[in-house]
Amino acid sequence: MTDLVAADLEQWVRRFAQSVSDHKDHLTELDSAIGDGDHGANMHRGMQAVLAALDAKRPETPATIFSTVGMTLVSTVGGASGPLFGTLFLRLGSALGPAAEVSLGDLARALRAGLDGIVARGKAEAGDKTLYDALLPAVEALESAAASDTDLGAALQQAADAAAAGRDATTPMSARKGRASYLGERSVGHQDPGATTVALLLAAAVGRS
Amino acid sequence: MKKLINNPADVVTEALLGIEAAHPELAVDHENKVIYRADGPHRGKVAIISGGGSGHEPLHGGFVGLGMLNAACAGEMFTSPVPDQVVAATKLVDGGAGVLHVVKNYTGDVMNFDMAAEIAAAEGGIEVVAVVTDDDVAVQDSTWTAGRRGVGATVLLEKIAGAAAEQGRSLAEVADVARKVNAQARSMGLALTSCTVPAAGKPTFEIGDDEMELGVGIHGEPGRKRIPMASAREIAEMLVEPVLSDLPFASGDPVIAFVNGLGGTPLIELYVMYNEVQKILTQHGIQIARSLVGPFITSLDMAGTSVTLLKADDDLLSLWDAPVRTPALRWGL
Repeated sequence: MTDLVAADLEQWVRRFAQSVSDHKDHLTELDSAIGDGDHGANMHRGMQAVLAALDAKRPETPATIFSTVGMTLVSTVGGASGPLFGTLFLRLGSALGPAAEVSLGDLARALRAGLDGIVARGKAEAGDKTLYDALLPAVEALESAAASDTDLGAALQQAADAAAAGRDATTPMSARKGRASYLGERSVGHQDPGATTVALLLAAAVGRS
Repeated sequence: MKKLINNPADVVTEALLGIEAAHPELAVDHENKVIYRADGPHRGKVAIISGGGSGHEPLHGGFVGLGMLNAACAGEMFTSPVPDQVVAATKLVDGGAGVLHVVKNYTGDVMNFDMAAEIAAAEGGIEVVAVVTDDDVAVQDSTWTAGRRGVGATVLLEKIAGAAAEQGRSLAEVADVARKVNAQARSMGLALTSCTVPAAGKPTFEIGDDEMELGVGIHGEPGRKRIPMASAREIAEMLVEPVLSDLPFASGDPVIAFVNGLGGTPLIELYVMYNEVQKILTQHGIQIARSLVGPFITSLDMAGTSVTLLKADDDLLSLWDAPVRTPALRWGL
């Protein structure tokens, strides 16, 4: 698989929006168990606004596509998900710069920058039962694929698999951040909604939902 | 679900139209869902804004007016406002002396206000200081959680800091007063029933007819424990004792005592509660300098109450007594 161009990234974002829409009720169900039950609705509202912004602004570079997504999510989602997912995409955009093509190495570096942005914003650590627990393994999978010159398509698949495994690993964790943290041990046994959405994002990169 | 609404999706928008129509001294930026003083901005004075998810009325929009808030941002139901709203409010009220953001300690609120402060600083060079309230003693393990939640102290803080700003104090001084209020106030709440979020259409949590949730949060977050129904006297004991021992309050301390309703409890029951609270405080030698009784920080239609105590001093009391003219609090005029 060759480097990614703007059209590939736009399709990735559009597949993610579709996937959030398809899984809206599931995300809300997960959030009802340990949060306040609005994650699906809030992310869906945000991604629908993203689709409208992409149609209206027609961003042309990989970076401007991601920054459009980030700014739109920050402005429309609210709660903790708006700043966190918004920061992820804003950092992806600023890390990619003006380049027209994105290599595996570029994507790994940009996603690492996104992860760092999320940590700066949300102060999450591994094992806190947050979206960080799905995103970190995905970043590490991309980085090791880039170091071993793996094909881009295979690397995206590995990142998606790593995110899904990270999502599943949140189930036995006790939440230490966000609204779920007030439940403490009572949050054990529930899959984290934010980590679930990150797994959807990485799955959308390989064209799955 | 039985509610006085037209469509669950329109509740916040239509309530803002109602607030604007009922209170000509307030204006509403409907695009950004910001309620602000129609006679502002006030040159040379520190402005104070707050905001949060809707569903806690009169907090925060009902506290906009002379001597309290300059603006309030209304988020979606129980969802913090987005940075654009907070930036819009900050610009609307800035009078050149800086803007204080009053933020309740919830993950989403803190992040959105943080981003707004960064954007406001980058765009317009408006000086912003944020003060976060975290007075809920129900959250015991604050190291391994998002920390204590901001509840009743927010009401007292907005009144007192608002008076300090009205006097012409500097941004640093107003922020100091605000931090002092949060540091010296503690709260604890209790739910008899769940709230029902209009879009959800069903109660947020299940609770039996003979049960109460001790330490509940204002979005229906779980508290310390689920316990059997008890008398007002016993409930007052369960709320006041953890509050007193946490600060701790000592014999002889003057306090502002605030008995709050969570939205679905009638005022007459809040006065029954207040009577029990004042008896307990008197037994401990605590001197009630001022009181506030009523539903001021609510959780939609949740039945229940919370008790907030603020250890006061002469400065805080004179700021408390200063004139205020808002939809929900007005005196001294």
